[in-house]
Formats: sequence, structure tokens, C-alpha cells
Amino acid sequence: MTAKIAYDEVEVGTELPAQSFPVTRATLVRYAGASGDFNPIHWNEKFAVEVGLPDVIAHGMFTMAEAIRVVTDWAGDPAAVVEYGVRFTKPVVVPNDDTGALIEVSAKVAAKLDDQQVRVDLTAMSAGQKVLGMSRAVVRLA
Amino acid sequence: MALDQSFVGRTYPPTPPYEVGREKIREFAEAIGDANAAYTDTEAAKALGHPDVIAPPTFVFAITFKAAGAVIEDPQLGLDYSRVVHGDQKFAYTRPVRAGDRLSVTSTIEAIKSLAGNDILDIRGEVHDASGEHVVTAWTKLVSRAPEGA
Repeated sequence: MTAKIAYDEVEVGTELPAQSFPVTRATLVRYAGASGDFNPIHWNEKFAVEVGLPDVIAHGMFTMAEAIRVVTDWAGDPAAVVEYGVRFTKPVVVPNDDTGALIEVSAKVAAKLDDQQVRVDLTAMSAGQKVLGMSRAVVRLA
Repeated sequence: MALDQSFVGRTYPPTPPYEVGREKIREFAEAIGDANAAYTDTEAAKALGHPDVIAPPTFVFAITFKAAGAVIEDPQLGLDYSRVVHGDQKFAYTRPVRAGDRLSVTSTIEAIKSLAGNDILDIRGEVHDASGEHVVTAWTKLVSRAPEGA
């Protein structure tokens, strides 16, 4: 495991480079195939509305996968992530157009732990709403 | 109707091994738009100290969630899956999932709660490789929403 960020280089409050991730209907279809999650709320507008959603929504696990990229890109080695958890607070609504939705992720070091590890707190927003709550990763640095 | 508390602590038999394929990891990494070379390039993965390409952190959910199906579809438990939403998800890794792994999942019901008519189910999936070593633990919280007017 070779994270490219050294434990001694970071402080509580150190911000990781923020990133934005676009998501369209095509993205969701591709993710459904790759993940095996074919729940129609992620591709069938009629079905989504019938079960009380405003429109097709992104898979929560897709949003979770995007958010941690801020950490894995920063750390270099994805295996540096030793723990990762989120709460799905709001759905990411994906309109049927070429633009889709945007998932905006920021993150900062919230605590320095033992054993070269730090806790990173993530914030994921879409359309002005927080879509992940209690989003935290424990990362082992060099 | 509230779920039966006596299911708390119940463990389901380990799943047959899921073989993690290099191309499946590539497909997943492409689907999330992640170009990290550790997912697709064996040499890049080796440079980081891994024996083969590794999977993105959330890849294993596809395997643990399928395993959780034994719980979700247990007719004795009686969960109304049409009303279920994914509440929380957490992973704790001993090591990353990698190509060639043969992973087996043992699911346990950790908690059942009833809050404002909603059933909340916590499932823990312990993932081991073919040699029996622990790879990752996945915690999945499912919320079965109360029917309107209930």
C-alpha cells in the first residue's frame, strides 16, 4: 500500500481537491449493467413517479462510488481507504436530458488517528442539497 | 407490521464463491468514470504493492447485496421489499478486493428496529477469500417505509 500523501503532511482541516461528477441517464444505464442493480427507479421514469419519486434517481451506490474518488485520487492508492461509510439522505434526481445532474464532492481531514491513519469527512451535494450524510472514510497514509 | 425481533443475530449460510474478474473490475471502473490505473493495469497495481489489479472501494457491494438477498427474501422474515430504501452503507477493509479473488459472503442480521412505523434492518456481510482470510465487512441498513395511512 503506497499512498502518495504522507501522514505528516496533513493537518486537521486539510482540504482535499474537490471534484464534480456529471451523471446522465446513460451513466445510470451503464452503472446498472456494471453493478447488477436493475431497479427500475434508476432508469424508468414512469415507474419512479409511480412509487412517489420526482423522477429517475441515481443509485445511492453510484453516488457513494463517485464521492470516494476524491479520496482515492488524493491518496493515489485506492487501497489506502480502510473504512468508508455513508448515509443516503437525499436522492440525486437525474432529468432526461443531455446535461443530467451534477454530484459535487468536497472533503477534508477531520481527525488524525493512530497508525498513520486519518479520518476524512466528505460532503456530496446535488442541486443544492446534501445527498450523502455522515460520509466518512478512514485512510492510511504514507 | 413490525419485523420479528427473534431474527436478530441470525446468520445465513456462506454464499458460493464469486470469482472476481479483471474485465468485470474494468467495466465497473468505467461505469463510475474512474481512470485510476490500479483498476485496469496490472503493472500499475503491482507498483502500488498489489499482486494484481484491485477493485474500487464500493465494487464489493454487488456481491454483498446479492448475498443479503437471502435475508431480504427470507419468507419467514417477511420484509416488504417493494417499500425498501437503502439507508446507510459502510465498508471496513482488511485488504482491497482484487482480480482472481473467490469471495464468499456470510450475512448476519445485526439489528431490527421499528421507528414511526418503518422497519429498519441492519445486515452485516463478512467477505472472505478462498483461503478463508477476511477481505472486507459490509454493513447495509435497509429501511422498509410504512405504507401510507398505516
